[in-house]
Formats: sequence, structure tokens, C-alpha cells
Amino acid sequence: MTTPVLEIRNLHARIEDREILKGVNLVIPQGEVHAIMGRNGSGKSTLSYVLAGKEDYEITEGEILLNGESILEMEPAERAAAGIFLAFQYPIEIPGVATMTFLKAAINAQRKARGEGELSTPDFMRAVKEAGAQLNVDSAMLKRPLNVGFSGGEKKRAEIMQMALLKPALAVLDETDSGLDIDALQVVSKGVNALRDGKRSMLVITHYQRLLNHIVPDVVHVFSDGRIVESGDKDLALQLEAKGYADYDGQAA
Amino acid sequence: MADYDIPTLKEEIDRETVEQVLALDVDKYKYGFESDIESDVLPPGLTEETVRFISAKKEEPEWMLEWRLDAFRRFQTLEEPTWAKLHYPKIDLQQISFYAAPKSFKGPKSLDEVDPELLKTYAKLGIPLKEQAILAGVEGAAESVSTPFGANVAVDAVFDSVSVVTTFREELAKVGIIFCSISEAVREHPELVKQYLGTVVPVSDNYYATLNSAVFTDGSFVYIPKGVRCPMELSTYFRINEKNTGQFERTLIIADDDSYVSYLEGCTAPSRDENQLHAAVVELVALDNAEIKYSTVQNWYPGDKDGKGGIYNFVTKRGDCRGVNSHISWTQVETGSAITWKYPSCILRGDGSRGEFYSIAISNGYQQVDSGTKMIHLGKNTSSRIISKGIAAGFSDNTYRGQVSAHAKAKNARNFTQCDSLLIGDKCGAHTVPYIESRNGTAVFEHEATTSKISDDQMFYCLQRGLNEEEAVALIVNGFVRDVLQHLPMEFMVETQKLISISLEGSVG
Repeated sequence: MTTPVLEIRNLHARIEDREILKGVNLVIPQGEVHAIMGRNGSGKSTLSYVLAGKEDYEITEGEILLNGESILEMEPAERAAAGIFLAFQYPIEIPGVATMTFLKAAINAQRKARGEGELSTPDFMRAVKEAGAQLNVDSAMLKRPLNVGFSGGEKKRAEIMQMALLKPALAVLDETDSGLDIDALQVVSKGVNALRDGKRSMLVITHYQRLLNHIVPDVVHVFSDGRIVESGDKDLALQLEAKGYADYDGQAA
Repeated sequence: MADYDIPTLKEEIDRETVEQVLALDVDKYKYGFESDIESDVLPPGLTEETVRFISAKKEEPEWMLEWRLDAFRRFQTLEEPTWAKLHYPKIDLQQISFYAAPKSFKGPKSLDEVDPELLKTYAKLGIPLKEQAILAGVEGAAESVSTPFGANVAVDAVFDSVSVVTTFREELAKVGIIFCSISEAVREHPELVKQYLGTVVPVSDNYYATLNSAVFTDGSFVYIPKGVRCPMELSTYFRINEKNTGQFERTLIIADDDSYVSYLEGCTAPSRDENQLHAAVVELVALDNAEIKYSTVQNWYPGDKDGKGGIYNFVTKRGDCRGVNSHISWTQVETGSAITWKYPSCILRGDGSRGEFYSIAISNGYQQVDSGTKMIHLGKNTSSRIISKGIAAGFSDNTYRGQVSAHAKAKNARNFTQCDSLLIGDKCGAHTVPYIESRNGTAVFEHEATTSKISDDQMFYCLQRGLNEEEAVALIVNGFVRDVLQHLPMEFMVETQKLISISLEGSVG
């Protein structure tokens, strides 16, 4: 059996004195899209930050393996170069830095970290053009400072565009549907689906089933009080939508 | 699908910036070396004899000596100012040598006379301009050299106190432009020097300017005749090289009616322990419809990571928009020096004249910066614009001090001021001290100020995309200063983005 792209074993994490992740176990094989659903405050976003290596969190127990290698000792930038991409729920503004500039800096930083040469300008432009077309990101938007004054839809499109250009092994999408109207949701979902190539794995975090109509997951996990309490196929998301999370509250306690 | 433009040059530069940062040593001042050229050094101390010695060395006429002596007498009645937010031990002028000249020069006429050691020094500087070739080669080299962007650059290199090489002079002379050292101008063009020297920054203007007036050693002189648009960027590099030598530059630029000139000044200096005093005076005069753009990149040794050593930089820079519709623009990038005391200003005397000040001031380690501008509106319909970006990191203090005033006759004076400060870390300080004074009811002055920090969220976002901490800071800071960077001549923009990254090294982590 091939090594899964992501394997999380009994992961416990805390911020200051509060334990948020309380024994997460999760395996995502190559090419699969897994969804994590759960209430606000159940620890879903924490899981995404812990995967990306945000320093506010302390891992107290457990292991995270990316393609079989532990990433716990890796800095956020190293994890990015190793193939972890986090699409932020609230993308951050970088004033004065044109989106295009940022994209190029990110791509080349990762390439350099992997010992690859820099992308030539024509190759970069070609990649940007391709990714931009898919996500309705035009050259005017690329000249604007990253995320500054972007609408909710523009921010999410810019996130997915970065993902398309950075070609991660594992994409973590944190509440990508938040702040999107139905049209924007379709554009973003189309962009995400275009990146499902049978190799790339994804972890889609959401608390609405709606997104999963557009990005259809292979596996759905229910997250409650810091751990996965149930897993199933895409129909599990529909059940959750109908019945809510109340059934799982008892288990989590 | 919209067409995509080729990424702008600036974007290209951003990428290069990041590369270059990585290629550099972190904890070392890149330009910290001393070159070994024999110098003609005056023993430390300041007396009337010092002034006479300097004047004699320069073979100055009697009137110039008298001018210096007058300044020296006034200087003796002045006290060192203490109003700036700067802390440093009192400077003992009797411990400073006021004159050092590379020995191998006697008013150099051709490049062949240039000391090879000096050329090596320039090579080490690694300035991205092409002057290397000019300085290293024969006279013919000058004609074949241009910047990567097509515009020619003429250089007046100042090595310690003597102007070493002046290139492009013949070409400039064809259109009547005078570009030479101030010492030479005193001898060759006394009528112009007499007419303008000290008319913008009077001899008794302030402590440091008065000191400079008494003991200035060299600097540049530029005269652009009526109706002439200077065909190239004029450029000068200053270095402070001789141990314990105060550097007292004097620069005078006159743009006659309907003329235009862009002047670039860039600096690097070797590192050492002793604090070095630098007190320059720059005077600009713009006559009717004339325009002067003056750009500075200042990268003097800021002291080591414990705050030891570094240059003390007390500069008086002032432009006089003397003619109607004249225009003076200051753009400065201040990354070096232990102490910076500098307020490039504009006197908006001519009706319809315009003054601009664009500034990036970066302080790291234990650097202290007190810098800003004065826009003095005297004429009708005068306007001014100030954009200041202060970046403080480490244990540094960064103060913007600016004055905008409208005289009673300055009808319809307009000013817009924007002061933004960015803090990196929590041990540094940013301060904004605006003085606004209007004596005319029709004047409209606007002032905006912001202070921000590089947030943890911004850092994490950049790191998540694969940038390391220093790359992330450089990218964010380059974004922060973008409004000002755009006002720099292209070749300085490249150097500046490098400098920004270099000067912020070690500010994170």
C-alpha cells in the first residue's frame, strides 16, 4: 500500500492552557478529498493552523506525517515547500504588495527551498494566465495589493489561485465557502475541482453542507470537541445537514 | 480573458531583492572595510588655524577664507542644539580631524591619476550603477557607459574630502552645464559661488551648518543654465574613509530659469568603532519655472548590533524655490547612521512654486533617526506634498519631525502630509511630531498619520506561502514604502530595495 499523503495520529494540541485538539486521527490517501464538518468552535480551524505550523499552538502529543515524514519539527515555510497549502478563512491583507509580486515571491521561495531553479518570467506568466482564467482573476486584480480592498469572493479566488500556482500535495481549505454568494461559490469550487487530479489530496473544512455539493468529498468526517467522532461517505454530510450536530454532542463530552 | 502585462520592472526587482538578501551575510555590515590609501590628515582640533589650513589647502581666494572665518567666529558663539529626540555623548570637536585628503591626488585631471587602491574600494562597494567602468577605465570609458535603463549618469565621486573624479563633464559642458567639485567652483566660477553660496542655508543658520560653513572640505557644484534640461542624472557618492575625520560636505545646485536637473546622492562607509561626525550642507536654488529633483540613498555605518560605533549624521539640506512656478523635490532613503538629524526642506518663495518630500527612514539595532522636512510657504498658490514612511525595528527610535507653515501672503497655500510608521518588534519606537502654522486664512493643510505593526497574521500568511521570515519582512516593508519608492530614479529603486532588506536583517526571529 502506498504511503498516505497525510497521516495524523492521536494529535493533541493546546493554546496557552486550553486543550483544543484532543486526539485527532486522520488518514488521507493520495488523491482523495476529505471533508471535516463540525460546529464553530469544535477545533476545525485549529487543526488547519496546526497542520500549517502556526506557532501559537503547542503540540502535546501525537504525530503528523506528510508523505510518511514527520513535519512537527518543520517551520511553516518548510511545510509549505514540502507541499502543505492552507487556504485561509480570512485571507490577510498585504498593503503595497501587488498580488502578482506576491505570487512570484511565494513560488520562487518554495522552488528555492526545494532546490529548484527560479521560474522564468514567461513560464510564470503562462502559469498565472492559466490559473487566472479558471478563477476570473484578471490582470487588473493582479496589480492590486494582495487582498487589500478585495471583496469576499475576490479574496477566496485569490487563495485558490495561489493554490493552483503552488501545486501543493495537500491543500487545506478552511471555510472556503464563508463570505461567498452562490455565484462566487461556483467559481471557487470550479477552481478547486480543477485541481483534483487524482494525486493532490485535500482537506476541506466547513460547517455547511452546501460547499460539499460543489466539491464532492470522498470521505466526510464529523469533528466535535477536538476530535473526529464519525466518518462516512458524502451522504454523511446530508444527514448532518438534516439533523444537525446534536447527536454528536454526547459523544464528545 | 484579459491580457496580462509582463510583470513590471518593480516586481522583477522585488524578486531580485529577496535573492540578494539571501546571498548576504546577516550580521555584518556589507560595506565594512577600510581601504588603505595614504592620507594627508590634519591633526585633531578646531581653531582658526584649522580653517586657514583648509582654505590654503584648497588654494582658495581671500573672499572664501573670509567667509569661512566669519562662519568660524559665529560658530564659537553657538551651542549644540538639544531639541531633537536623539541621545548621544557630547561630541568633542577638538578630538576630530577636520581635513583628510587622499595623498596621491592633486586636483585630479584625468582618471589615469586615480590610485588603484581607490578603484578597489569602489569595486568593493558593489554599487549597481556602471560607474565602476568609468572609474576603473580611461576617459573613453565614460562615453560608452550608461545605466541599464538608458539614461546616462554622471558621477562626482567624493572620497573623504577631495573630489576625485568627475566624468561626463565635457558632454555637460557642451550644453553649458557646470558640474564640478565645490572647491573647483570657488576657483573657476567665483561669481556664481559668491552669488548663491549661503543664500539658502545662511552661515548662521544652525550649529552644524555654521560649523560646515567654516570647515567644509568638498562637495559638488552644479549650475544648469537657462532653458537647459540636464541630459543625464547627476550623481555623487560620498564615503567617509579616514579614521576620526569629520566629513563636511558642501553642495550647491542652481537651476536657472526654465531648466531641469535630477541629482542623485548615494553613500556607503566603512565600519569602525569610533563615532564619526558628518555635517553636510546642501543648498538648492530653483529659479523661474526650474525643477530640481534631489534623491538620496544613505547607507552609512549604523553601528554594530550592540549600538557601538556608527556615523553621526547632522545634515542641513534646503531648497529655495526662488522663481515663479519652480519645483523642488526631495526623495530620501535613510537606512544608515547611528544618529540621523536631517530635514530636507523647501522655501516656497516664488508664486506657484511646488515642494515635495518623499522619505523612507529605516532604523534597526540602536539607530536613532530624527528626520523630516520643512515646507515654508511664502508665495501665492504654492503647494507642497510630504510622504514619510518610517520603519523602526530592533531597539531603534524613529521620529518624523515636520513643519508646514504659511506666511500671511501665501494665499491659497496647499499642503498634504502623510506620515506612516511601521514598527517591527516591541522594543522600538516611532514618533510623529508635526508643526503646522498658518497665517493665511486661505491656506489648506492636511495631515494624516498612521502607525502600524507587521502583524503576526501577516507574517504567518507569508510563511505559509513559503517565504522565510526575512523574506516576509522585506516583502511587507517594500509594500509599505511603495508610494515613496515610485519617486526614486530607477537605478536607485533597485539599490533601495536591496538596502531595505539588508538594513532589516536580524530584525525578526
